[in-house]
Amino acid sequence: MDLLIFQAPILMVQASLDGILLGILFALIAYGMALQWGVMNIINIAQGDLVILGGYIAYTMYLAGIHPAWGVIVSPIIMYFVGWALYKLVINKVVDRDLFISILATFGIAIVFQQLMNFVFGADVVVAQSEYGTTMLFDNSVTLPNSKIFAAFISVIYAIGLVIYMRRSRLGRAIRATAQNARAAKILGVDTEKVYAATFGINAALCGVAGALISITLTLHPYVGLPYTVRSFMIVIVAGLGNLPAVALSGMGLGLFEEFADYILGTEFRIGAVFMLLVFILVYRRFKLSKKREYLK
Amino acid sequence: MNKLVKLFITSISAITLALVSYTSSFAKVDGEYIVLGSAISLTGKYSSNGVHTQNGYNMAVERINKMGGVEVQGKKYKFEIIYYDDESNPKRAAQLAERLIKQDGVHYMLGPYSSGLTKAIAPVTEKYKIPMVEANGASRSLFTKGYKYLFAVLSPANQYLEVAIDLAVEKNGGKPVRIAQAFEQDAFSQDVRLGILDAAKRTGSEIIIDDKLPKELNDMAATLAKVKATKPDVLVVSGHTKGALTAIRQISEMKVDVPMLAMTHCDAAKLSKQHGKNSEYALCASQWHKNLSYKDKFFGGGKKYDKDFKKEFGYAPPYQSAESSAALLVFKDAFERANSFDRDAVRDALKDTDMQTFYGNIKFGPGGQNVAKPMILFQVRCKGDNCENKVVAPTKWASDKFYHPIPKWSERS
Repeated sequence: MDLLIFQAPILMVQASLDGILLGILFALIAYGMALQWGVMNIINIAQGDLVILGGYIAYTMYLAGIHPAWGVIVSPIIMYFVGWALYKLVINKVVDRDLFISILATFGIAIVFQQLMNFVFGADVVVAQSEYGTTMLFDNSVTLPNSKIFAAFISVIYAIGLVIYMRRSRLGRAIRATAQNARAAKILGVDTEKVYAATFGINAALCGVAGALISITLTLHPYVGLPYTVRSFMIVIVAGLGNLPAVALSGMGLGLFEEFADYILGTEFRIGAVFMLLVFILVYRRFKLSKKREYLK
Repeated sequence: MNKLVKLFITSISAITLALVSYTSSFAKVDGEYIVLGSAISLTGKYSSNGVHTQNGYNMAVERINKMGGVEVQGKKYKFEIIYYDDESNPKRAAQLAERLIKQDGVHYMLGPYSSGLTKAIAPVTEKYKIPMVEANGASRSLFTKGYKYLFAVLSPANQYLEVAIDLAVEKNGGKPVRIAQAFEQDAFSQDVRLGILDAAKRTGSEIIIDDKLPKELNDMAATLAKVKATKPDVLVVSGHTKGALTAIRQISEMKVDVPMLAMTHCDAAKLSKQHGKNSEYALCASQWHKNLSYKDKFFGGGKKYDKDFKKEFGYAPPYQSAESSAALLVFKDAFERANSFDRDAVRDALKDTDMQTFYGNIKFGPGGQNVAKPMILFQVRCKGDNCENKVVAPTKWASDKFYHPIPKWSERS
């Protein structure tokens, strides 16, 4: 039974497409994480909860009778200010401190967000309907929900937009300069405080986009943020910081890996396989790093 | 100075003593009140169902008190409940149960919401020999531990979907069927799975897909792709509200054609409202439905309960509320038969319960589970965009015919 995928090769096509579409969405969340990790050296545990909050913004619009797809524009705008406010309230106090402190602080933020969302939106699982229909390939044997295609498409657009923004705009360049060397950037007149706030805001905005997309493709619940944090963390670990093509590739790779693990090992090992991969990658990177150090000595 | 200190100490001790005697007089029966205790999830991830449970309890307390209360040894008593919020956290629930029993002196408990929390509280009530009637813990493991003070008004989890398999076999002309199943990895869903395994064995049916879904489930596309490739006769999904919503979303998006789809938690997930026509023909297990013809003198029948509940709380009662109300009817009945407030006498009376409530017949098996009430199955049916749950099994209560097989997606408008 486990090897159904080899008996029915068409399933491979289905699994690959599912994996890639999902992976692109994860990559968008991971890119936000990589950005602020690179710039501010903060691992944001609340990343997934920002995503879910973004999803609830789209869901609220859906309840008000507006098509939830507009959430991909409204949600990031609101989330930018949420991120900015979070920076001013909490993150600016931990930004230069030990990594452990920032993990603790963002973990706290995650709990507060979960409870607030539970309080405001209730503990029920909710979905927003896009009514986008389904694309069928190969005589209905491979199906692609149009909402997932839409999600992947929007993710790619935002990612490209962001890359251009980072290259061309003044703030984008300031962000990159701060990422390379915060002290040098400061000396050369970059207002790093402002850069940090903007970076955190941009990250939150990306989470908002992803959340709006998740509201129409998957489900929303105040407590499902953590899996998104873990996945984006993994993608960033694999891809490294500040390397968008690598983030996109590793996102898709992770999506593919998950889907195939599901078919070959069974659904119960899906998440387990992801964590095994994480352990393997961490060990491998450490091994590689220690080799490099020897060489540099 | 010394005198002053002495006076201070004496007065403090006097106040403490007064408080202590007050709390102990608050215990079990206080004047004309019988005090029950319950830890319940008012915040946290079970908060919506916790509130449904609490509303069910409150509704019954008010009704019983209004209609004369509980008569013990010729005197009328009223019910009162002390609630604490367990924050949907099993550890907290166990602590609060201790607190209810030791500090508040509660001698009779009502259950919390969910199997997990009931499992956390049951050892505590058992330790202090406190009878607990619970209405929201269905896990089979609660009834195999030999608990003597635990009584559940609801049917155990393994019975949830057994009927569905029997129904599938019946529709297949009595021949065995091929089953695909996906269950979340938690106590409740795994118990539902055991029930399916039993039913499959009994009917000689074959299980061709047996997936276990992760707790942070949000995507079951892989399982559904397998279902599409293997074409089973029945697809069974159980993963609380998240599982039900995810399944319907992805089944409709991936156009998975199965003749029969059986699930749990459809009503809690508000499936027919959230997914509308896409959820049509889904078969759902439920503990209760307002159309059942059970009756009692407090709430009348299911329809009247539904009406009164709506008037009181402004929404239609889910089965979680109905079963919670039934728990108090059971307590009242037991107190009156025991004709005493002695815990063991009440426990013995509970054990011999054999009654009908608007929620169903109640009679406890040796493990404390309700053995007198069958599970019911309803099917989501739509007229235009308006979807409703219609009872289709068992035949005795059915208001509508079971629609089988589910039409293919290509034939659905």
